[in-house]
This record gives sequence, C-alpha cells and structure tokens, in this order.
Amino acid sequence: MASNPDSLVPEPLAQLPWKLILLVLAIFGLGLAVLYSAAGGQLQPWALNHAIRFMLFFAVAIMLSHFREEHWKFFAFPLYGATLLSLLGVEIMGQVGGGSQRWLDLGFMRIQPSEIMKPVLILALAKFYDTLPSGELRRFVAIWPALLIIALPAALVVIQPDLGTTLVLVAAGVTVMFLAGLPVRLFVGGAAAMAAAIPLAFQFLLQPYQQNRVLTFLSPENDPLGTGYHITQSKIAIGSGGLFGKGFLNGTQSHLAYLPEGHTDFVFATMAEEFGLLGGLLLILGFALLIRWGIRVGRRAESTFAKLTAAGLSTTIFFYFAINLMMVMGLAPVVGIPLPLVSYGGSAMLTVLICIGILMSIDRENRMRRR
Amino acid sequence: MKRRRPSLSINDNMRRTMYSRRAMLLGGAQLGVAGLLGARMAWISIAENEQWQLLSESNRVQLSLIPPRRGWIVDRAGQPIAMNRSDFRVDLIPDRLHDREPVLAALTELLDLPSEEIERINEELDTVPGAQPVQVSAGLEWEQFAAVNVRLPDLPGVAPVQGFARYYPAGAAVGHLVGYVGAPTREQYLEEGEDPLLLFPGFKVGKDGLEKTFEDRLRGEPGARRAEVTARGQLVRELDTRPDRPGETLQLTVDAGLQQYVGRRLGDESGAAIVMNCRTGDVLAMASMPCFDPNSFSDGISHPEYNMLSEDERVPLRNKSLLGMYPPGSTFKPVAALAALEAGVDPEEIVYCNGGYRLGNRRFGCLGVHGPVNLHRAIARSCNTYFYTMGRRIGIQQIAEVSRKLGLGAEYPIPVANQNYGTVPDDEWVVRRHNREWTDADTLNTSIGQGYLLTTPLQLTVMSARIASGRDVSPRFVQDRAAQPSALTGIAEENLQLVRAGMDEVVNGAGTAPRARLPLDDVRLAGKTGTAQVVNLSAGRGGRGVPWRFRDHGLFVSFAPADDPLYACAVVVEHGMSGGRAASPVARDAITYLYDPDRANEELERLEAGWGGDIFARMARQEAEYRRDQGLPAREGLPVVPARAESDDDDDEQAP
Repeated sequence: MASNPDSLVPEPLAQLPWKLILLVLAIFGLGLAVLYSAAGGQLQPWALNHAIRFMLFFAVAIMLSHFREEHWKFFAFPLYGATLLSLLGVEIMGQVGGGSQRWLDLGFMRIQPSEIMKPVLILALAKFYDTLPSGELRRFVAIWPALLIIALPAALVVIQPDLGTTLVLVAAGVTVMFLAGLPVRLFVGGAAAMAAAIPLAFQFLLQPYQQNRVLTFLSPENDPLGTGYHITQSKIAIGSGGLFGKGFLNGTQSHLAYLPEGHTDFVFATMAEEFGLLGGLLLILGFALLIRWGIRVGRRAESTFAKLTAAGLSTTIFFYFAINLMMVMGLAPVVGIPLPLVSYGGSAMLTVLICIGILMSIDRENRMRRR
Repeated sequence: MKRRRPSLSINDNMRRTMYSRRAMLLGGAQLGVAGLLGARMAWISIAENEQWQLLSESNRVQLSLIPPRRGWIVDRAGQPIAMNRSDFRVDLIPDRLHDREPVLAALTELLDLPSEEIERINEELDTVPGAQPVQVSAGLEWEQFAAVNVRLPDLPGVAPVQGFARYYPAGAAVGHLVGYVGAPTREQYLEEGEDPLLLFPGFKVGKDGLEKTFEDRLRGEPGARRAEVTARGQLVRELDTRPDRPGETLQLTVDAGLQQYVGRRLGDESGAAIVMNCRTGDVLAMASMPCFDPNSFSDGISHPEYNMLSEDERVPLRNKSLLGMYPPGSTFKPVAALAALEAGVDPEEIVYCNGGYRLGNRRFGCLGVHGPVNLHRAIARSCNTYFYTMGRRIGIQQIAEVSRKLGLGAEYPIPVANQNYGTVPDDEWVVRRHNREWTDADTLNTSIGQGYLLTTPLQLTVMSARIASGRDVSPRFVQDRAAQPSALTGIAEENLQLVRAGMDEVVNGAGTAPRARLPLDDVRLAGKTGTAQVVNLSAGRGGRGVPWRFRDHGLFVSFAPADDPLYACAVVVEHGMSGGRAASPVARDAITYLYDPDRANEELERLEAGWGGDIFARMARQEAEYRRDQGLPAREGLPVVPARAESDDDDDEQAP
C-alpha cells in the first residue's frame, strides 16, 4: 500500500474526480429544478435551502475525500461506538420526553444518529472483516461479531420506530457480509428463514400504522383515501406524465396538491409528471452510474477494508434509491425513505454525501497508487 | 494450520477472487433492479398512460352539475300551480371537510340546527362518497345565508348554494291533483343508470300525481361546469360551463282559481269534487279533501306531520277522486232512466208508488210514498219504486250496457299512476266474481245504484258530462291532445233530453235538491242527489245517531246550464249523510264560481269564518293539536293551541 505523508495537504483541483462530481451535480440539479417547480416556480421554501445544504454538505464530502484509508480504519470502531451511544441517547430522551424522537439537538443543527449509522456501520463491518484473517472466514467467529454489529443499531432504530432505516441498515450490512466471503448457503438459508419469519414479524414486531402501510401496499384500492392515497396519487403523477411529461412547471398532481409529500419522499413522482419517462430514465441512469462507480472503486481497491467499505457504501446509496423508487411506483410499501440528493431534507443528503466523500477518498487512494 | 476439511480453508488470493466475483454479481443485481425500475416506470407511463392521464384529469378538473330548473305547471290561463321559488341552502362537501367538529359546531350556531339534524348530517357524511355534497339546511332566511357566507373562509368544506325549491301557491287544494316532488330513492337512482343528477343535494323528482307522470317533460337537462381545483377544493380557474335546459312548462286544463275554490269549499269534509267541461272533457277542477300540503312533502315532511296524515280517519293521503269507490246510490237513477228509455219504455208510463216494491215475499223500500209517478217525476223525487219496476222490466244487461256507455266501470286514458275503475255488475260478472246466479233482487239493487255497483267521483263526473252533452267525453288534464269528442253511439238525443229535464226538476222544481239552486238569474243547475249506504244498519239508515264512519255517503251529480250544458260537476262527501244536504251545495257554489266568482267567494268566506279559517290556518291548527296530543314540542310557525280540555266529540256536531 502506497503511503503519502502529505495526504492531508489539498491536492490541486485537477486531481478531483470531475466526472463523478459532474454526475452528482447533475442529479442534484435535477432535484433542484423539481423542488423549484414543486413550490410553484419559486426558490422558496425548498429549492434555495436545498442548494445551500448541498453546497455545505458537498464541501464536507470533498473534505472527507482527503482523509486517508488508515484514518477511516482507525476511527471505524470509535465512530461506531459513539453513534451507537447517540442512538441509545435519543431512545432514552424519547422515552423520557414521551413519544418517538429520532434526532439529537446539538443547538446549531439536529443530527439523526440513525442516518449517521448507515456509513458508520459499513466502516465497522469492513474493519471487522479486514482484521479477520482469511483462514477464519469459514468459521463461526466470522459471523457472530458481524451480526452483533448489525443487530445493535438495527434494534435501536426499529424501536424508534423507523422501519425504512432499519431495512437499509440490515440490507447493507448483510451485503457486506456477503462480499466478505461468507458461504453462500448461509445467505440462501437466511433468506428462507426471513421469508418464514415475515408473517410473524408482521404480526408481532410492526406497529399498527406500519402494518397498515404493508396491507395498503398489497391492495391500495382498498383504502383510496387513507394510506393508499399516497401510492395511487403517485402512480397517477408518474403515469400521466407519459413519455415526455407535462412540461416543466406544468405538473398538476403536484401543483394542485393531489400528490402528498411531492417535495420529499414522492419527489420522483413530481419529477416524472413534468419530465416524463425520459426524465425518469435519465435519473435512474444517473444513479446507476453513481452506484457502478462506487462498485468499481471497491474492485480497484487494494485492502479488504477499502473493498468492503466501497461496495457497502455504494449498496447503501443503492438501497436508498431502489426502495424509494419501488415505493413511489407502487412496488413496495410506503416506508418513508427519501430519494437522496433530490428529495428535500438534510439528513439523507448528508448521509449520501458522506458515503460519496468516503468513496472519493478510497478512489483517490486507488488512483495515487496506480500513478 | 492443519484442517480436516481443507476446502474450508481460504487464503488471501481466494478471498480476493471471491470478492471480485461477488462484487460483480452485486453490481449486476443492482443494475438489474435499476433496469426493472425503468421498465416498471415505462409500463406505468406508456402502457397505462391513458388510464392515469384520465385519473389525473378527473383529479384536476371538477365537474359540477348545474341541476335543471323544473318546468312549471300552469293552469289553462297560465296561472302557476306549481312553480320554483329561490331557495337558500347550505351543503357540506365531505372531500373538502378536513376537520368536521369545529365546522359543524359553527354551523349549528349560525343556523340553529337541532341535534337530530346534526345526527343526520354526521350519518350522511360517514356514508356518502367524498365529492357528493351533503345538505345541511335548506329554506334558509337571507340573514342566515349571508352569515354563513361571511364566515366562509373559516369554514372549509361548507358550500352555500342558491337553488330552487318547488312551491305550490294553493297548498293542499292542489295536492292530489299535481302530486308533489321529493328526493329520489335509491331504486330510482339505480333505475336511471346511476345518473349523478339524482344524487345532487336538493334535486327533486315527481313523486305523485302529475309531477310524477310528467317527470320526463318537467325535469329538463342538467348543465355542467368544469373547473380546475386543488386537492383542498380551492378553485383555481373556471374552464367552461354548459347551461342547464329547464324543464317544459306543463299547461293543464285546470282552472287554478276554481281548483282552489273547490278544495277550500269542501271544508273539513272528507270527499271529492270534480268540475269538467262537459263538451271537451277538460277537467277544470279535481279536488280531494282533506289533503296534504304538497309544499311540506317537497321540503321533506317531518315525521309527526306524516304520522298525523297517515293516522287521520279522513285519509288525506288518498286521492278520493280517482281511488275512492262509492256506490252511486240515487245518482245512478238518470242512467237507469236512460236505459229504460233506450229499451223502449214510454216516459209517460205511470208507476204507482205505495212506498215500496214487492219481489216474491221480499219488500224493497222506497224513501217515500210517491203515488203515481212517470219518468220525469221519478227522477225529480228519486222514487225507488219506479226504478225497481223499470229495472226489473228491462233487465241487468240493458242497465249495464248503458252504464258502460256513460263511462262507468271504465279506465280512462289519463296521466295518473293509479285509478280505480269501479264495478258495473252483470250476470256474467256475478258468476265470475261470486260464483252464483244473478237474481232479480240484484237487478233491483243495481237499478237504484246500490248492490255491487261501485264508481269513483271521476266516473260520476264523466257520467254527468256524457248525459249533459251527449258526447263521448273522456277526462283531459293536459292541453296536449285535441279534444273533440264524438257523439255517444246508440243513445238517442231525445231520451237524453228527457233525463236532463228530470234532473232540472230535481234542483229547480219539485225535487230533492232545492239547496243546489244557483243564486244566479240566467243559469240553472240540473242534478241528481244520491245517498249511499256504508253499512247495513239494522237501526235504519246511517244518519245522525251513528258514529261518523258508519254514516251514509252523500253524493251529487250535476251539470249547468240546464238548457245548454257546458259544465258537469260531481261531488262526493263521505259520510255526509245525504247528497242533497252535504254534497249539492258544494256543486252549487263551484258552478256559481264559474259565472260569478265574487258572489261565490262571499259565500266561501262566510263558511270559512264558521269553520275557523282557511285551509292553511286549519291545517296548521290541526298539526299543532296533534303535536300537543302526542306530547311533541311546539313547532315554529304553528299556532298556539290551548292545553287539551274540550271533548273529542266534534264529529257529531259538525254540519257544514
């Protein structure tokens, strides 16, 4: 592994991964346009804030890209521990304050520890498998610590209750375990066990409102004015857009407020109504390129830690994207997962830009090594 | 490290390859999901595009109906009988009502809604589909309506509507004739292919009478308004409007003034009175009293009021003109006389009346001892003996045949949902119906209008009109078909003249109906009284001494002017005891009205003063008393009645 003592010194601008930055800017730009339209052709209240946040968080991402791999490796467990503690913190504060609370108020900003946990969990898992010798990979010791690393935050998040985030955490964690080289039959068996456990989980683990969401997803027409309303209105927005859409600022579903959450979770429907299938495919292509880039960064990486981290973070971004789109198109229950970089809201954007920042830092290392 | 299962041991190289393979797999799977999402989106937006676009339009565009204004019903001179009055109404649109409680509370305060109304509104809000308005209150005062309008910005979901309500200026006097309107039933809605117009709040359809029969012509075509609205129901802009096409005006043959006069003139009696142009068949008035007020029905009648109507022994809900069936009694005698003349009986033949007629060992009584009577005197004095004799001579077939020619036992082609066609019995009928042979006793009973013979007041009117004009007239209510009835076939005009002369004598000579004499110099009324037994009382006739419902019916058939008939009139007063006393004055005043309305109105005002006010006042008092007796709270707009004290025996003392 090449080591560069000057790693914290900023590289010249030419060293930045411009292709990736342009891609991220394109996705963000589309989101900005949609938010501008969703507000009825105005910067307020969403588009301007969105832009300011993006610039702030993107600067953070660029900053993160200058950290070295060993820094990530070194901080992986301490970060994990700290984030787990703050998850526990919001849980206790929520219990005391009454009702569910998901964020910590630091005075200058509110932090959702569950969002921070997404990249941190990946780092911790990657660190664990990095330290595990290859020979131990088929032994039980390769499994239970990883499961524990996933289960602790997942348990804290599911009781918040935040089903969407739990799903992303578990799915991304399990993906890292898969990539780490655990036997395939474990995953096949696990999937079978999951399928068997779903009815039980539905019955005993889910809150009534979550059960409703699942039932509504299975048959939205049964409840056209309740939770099914979201899905139906979203499909109306996407379906009525057609090939080229109704045109910028001409969406009726969003402008006449038929589409609920048209600027947050259902922003894709707002976009599809105005830009049609073409706009939707472009956005899907954008995310596909972003994720492919992340996977590639992992394949080019040298260390197990870097490989797993890159693939895990890409997968986290992928789950955001895939679950949101499935939800918006009526293929998944409404679980409340935003579309990163496009949906209005800071937490998901911060998480995804942290992921991208870490990915860029690994990418940087890869390129420096090749040079 | 030595292992038993070397395959389990993995070195760094293997780990690297495995990662590469699995990362490729993962990337491929993710790409596959992305492709799937793209395909799904293409499916929704291309293959299903039409369906979603339609839904998007129906979201965006709110189509609101403009209900058509119902056609007026006017009388022969164009006077309104049923019209539309502008009505201030407040509705709730469930879709736009996001917070029900405070809105309902505000409306309760503004409109003084009683708790049972709030219950109804809540119930309807829970059941109707979201875009379908729910009526909160109709018939509002302008002040209340304005108050709601002022508060409108704080009351999302509330829709003040300025619509129309059906209004019948003459009230109960036209109830049975025109019927009433009401909200459509679920069955009607389904029958008409779920026409959304029928669900429109405040939309009414004809429920009875002419309103029902002519529903198609009166309804009109709804208009529509297209507007772009937000999900919260805020209007963005109007797109386009198609105005409604109001229903046709229905012109009746009825004379509104006479109709109202006749209805009022019947007073508190239970009965029917019909006036017809005997040359054309045009019905000038057809009243059945007591009657409901069609205005109450059209506004949605209250339970107590409906119960009061349905419990009344004088059956205000029954149209006695068409559905009441009465033995014609002596009013049938002109028919029997005509049958005898047509059978060749000499009108001057004398029958000696010694107070009855003997058939075998059974005696059929006459009301008097008339001595020698010919046909003219027999009609004038209503001598049973004469008609027993002649009836038995000519036989039942002859009587039945002439009866049918005069319109008895027939169903008329008139625009009503229901009419009874009575009974004209003959030997064939009695075999079919009662499975026995016809006897001479049956013939005798039929000859004087008793026995199995049953007629409706409308049939009695047609009978009088045909005798009076010699034409085959049939009742006509609507000015839509030409009315030129042909002459009656097989009835000789000179025979009709003889019968008419007898009826002239009844009123203007030595007859049974001197009270029916017109207070006019140049017009004479001709008629025939009748008294029909209701039950066979062993204690003689059903007169004053028996309970109201066992008393005899009083009937009167007539036409005027006697020498050149233009109008025919029949009156039935249920349990009126005698046709001459109870029924004939009504006919007299109705005909007087046609020639001298002022004089007729003077008489009516004198009578109504004795009865305690006009129909509206008396019905209001009746309802107030009913509510008091049922222990219900007094209703606004009704007179205050004293607590129950006087006895309920006014039946016995009533004599108009």
